[in-house]
Amino acid sequence: MSEMNEVRKPPVATTGIIGWLRINLFFNWTNSLITLFVVYCLYQFIPWILDWTIFSADFKYNYLGEQITNQEMCSRNLDPENGGACWAVIYVRFYQFIYGFYPKVEVWRVNLAYIMLAFALLPLLYTKLPYRKYFLYFTYIFPVIAYFLLNGGLGFTEVSTNKWGGLLVTLVLGCTGIALAFPIGIMLALGRRSKLPVISMMCTLFIEFIRGVPLITLLFFGMVMLPLFLPEGIDMDGLVRVLVAVTLFQSAYMAEVIRGGLQAIPPGQYEAAKSLGMSYWRMNLLIILPQAIRISIPPIVNTSIGLFKDTTLVIIVGILDLLGIGRGTLADTNWLGLSYEIYFFVSLVFFIFTFGMSRYSLYLEKKLKTGINMGAD
Amino acid sequence: MSEESIISLKNVNKWFGDFHVLQDVNLEVKKKERIVVCGPSGSGKSTMIRCINRLEEHQEGSIVVDGIELTGNLKNIDNVRKEVGMVFQQFNLFPHLSVKENITLAPIWVKKMPKAEAEELAMRQLEIVKIPEQANKYPGQLSGGQQQRVAIARSLAMNPNIMLFDEPTSALDPEMIKEVLDVMVDLANGGMTMIVVTHEMGFAKTVADRMVFMDEGKIVEEASPDKFFNNPESDRTKLFLSQILHQ
Repeated sequence: MSEMNEVRKPPVATTGIIGWLRINLFFNWTNSLITLFVVYCLYQFIPWILDWTIFSADFKYNYLGEQITNQEMCSRNLDPENGGACWAVIYVRFYQFIYGFYPKVEVWRVNLAYIMLAFALLPLLYTKLPYRKYFLYFTYIFPVIAYFLLNGGLGFTEVSTNKWGGLLVTLVLGCTGIALAFPIGIMLALGRRSKLPVISMMCTLFIEFIRGVPLITLLFFGMVMLPLFLPEGIDMDGLVRVLVAVTLFQSAYMAEVIRGGLQAIPPGQYEAAKSLGMSYWRMNLLIILPQAIRISIPPIVNTSIGLFKDTTLVIIVGILDLLGIGRGTLADTNWLGLSYEIYFFVSLVFFIFTFGMSRYSLYLEKKLKTGINMGAD
Repeated sequence: MSEESIISLKNVNKWFGDFHVLQDVNLEVKKKERIVVCGPSGSGKSTMIRCINRLEEHQEGSIVVDGIELTGNLKNIDNVRKEVGMVFQQFNLFPHLSVKENITLAPIWVKKMPKAEAEELAMRQLEIVKIPEQANKYPGQLSGGQQQRVAIARSLAMNPNIMLFDEPTSALDPEMIKEVLDVMVDLANGGMTMIVVTHEMGFAKTVADRMVFMDEGKIVEEASPDKFFNNPESDRTKLFLSQILHQ
């Protein structure tokens, strides 16, 4: 029994909830003061925001019980004392926010593409997925399927891209931009570090040029100048032109991020790979890139999130993405003055996607760290 | 004499910028010969063996390995690297791969060996270096001595005719040096052609057929271990030996 006494436990005040509170929130009097101040601010803010967004908000009907069809019917416009957000605008314009002006008869194709996108992402996000290999095959052919599904062809009626809009455009630009820029960025990064001066110079020039130019300029370039480079008679779709600009922009940034990762790989890794008789490509694919990309996950996700948000710039070349539809709705006399609601909604949708990306990168970092000790111990 | 040589360096010169790191180096190594190279740091000994599998490029002279001359010809370089295994001071294991994957990678991708066969081979190599139980761990989970033994197993898995060791025990804690040297002694007794850059004079005395002493980019003395340790010719060698043997 005396042995039991020898297992000493840490003092109560440093463990459990009380210990946590004491160490983190009430460590000394300044710390306590700041804690109390923050709690007070939250106390003031949270009820107000909950009330505005949910409890006093209109969703479909106003406080009189009428279905809202324009801004004058919103509770807050009928009676400024009463009512919070008027979400009815989102409800009424929801179709446009999600699909743009895609014909209603064909909209099942967009929905199917959304669902397929989820399935295509699944094996990339969860490496432990059963039958992952077969899901991956699907991921590889998904872009082709999505192209025919959304654009038409192969028996589907054609839906011109100028009818696309809203979240559809945001996702098409974001996903394609990120997915295409990744391999191009890797090639550019390897090229820039190449020992062959011509290749290295060309890659460096490309990267520096694209990086030195604002995305808006590239978008104008894509819209106005790209067609000049094409042989006569070939008309490039507007969305494709923008996509080319976005991809070029993103791949230059991706290249620099991956180059950063490549520089962190000790020269010994190259030497070990070479001494085992590996060729340049095998060495890079099997040894160098897996490590370099692992190191670069945080900045890769960072630039990807940046691009996802930057797609909103396409509005200036006349393509209506999620934000564009929001701006369009605001210009409609029926919904004049509902900017809080519309920007809140657009922000929320962007936040859901970018926050998801950010959480996923944290999960990846944690998962890939297990058992790996980079460099010498 | 030179017909039997498996490695032959003739008047090899190399510069790093203006620094003349290898100066007219001549070395003939016969099949199954064990050479120990020693010398003060900066004497060019590592550079010399790194030239043998073309991790460094020599600028003058000729290097012929197993009948293949090392030139800019990429095919020749690949062929030489298939013949020559190398073990580094910093182990240079691939940290993102398990021990077993470290060993099977090159046989599978360079030699196109089926995966099952490569894994069997990996386990056999791990038995030889006496750590089969570590097969599924990652390099970061092993001690320095274990990592270096995995590195040796990884090289051996490519079935090389020649093994180069570049200060294989210099980065190890003293108590781990022996476990690595033991593996190297086994290898030497098995008839492998070896060039070892090391300051482990005990090891040199047991296994070396010939000692090579380098200083300032030149081979100063070449002799049998017996003569080298007991009756060296050059004063430079005597000074070096007195410094490293009487610490």
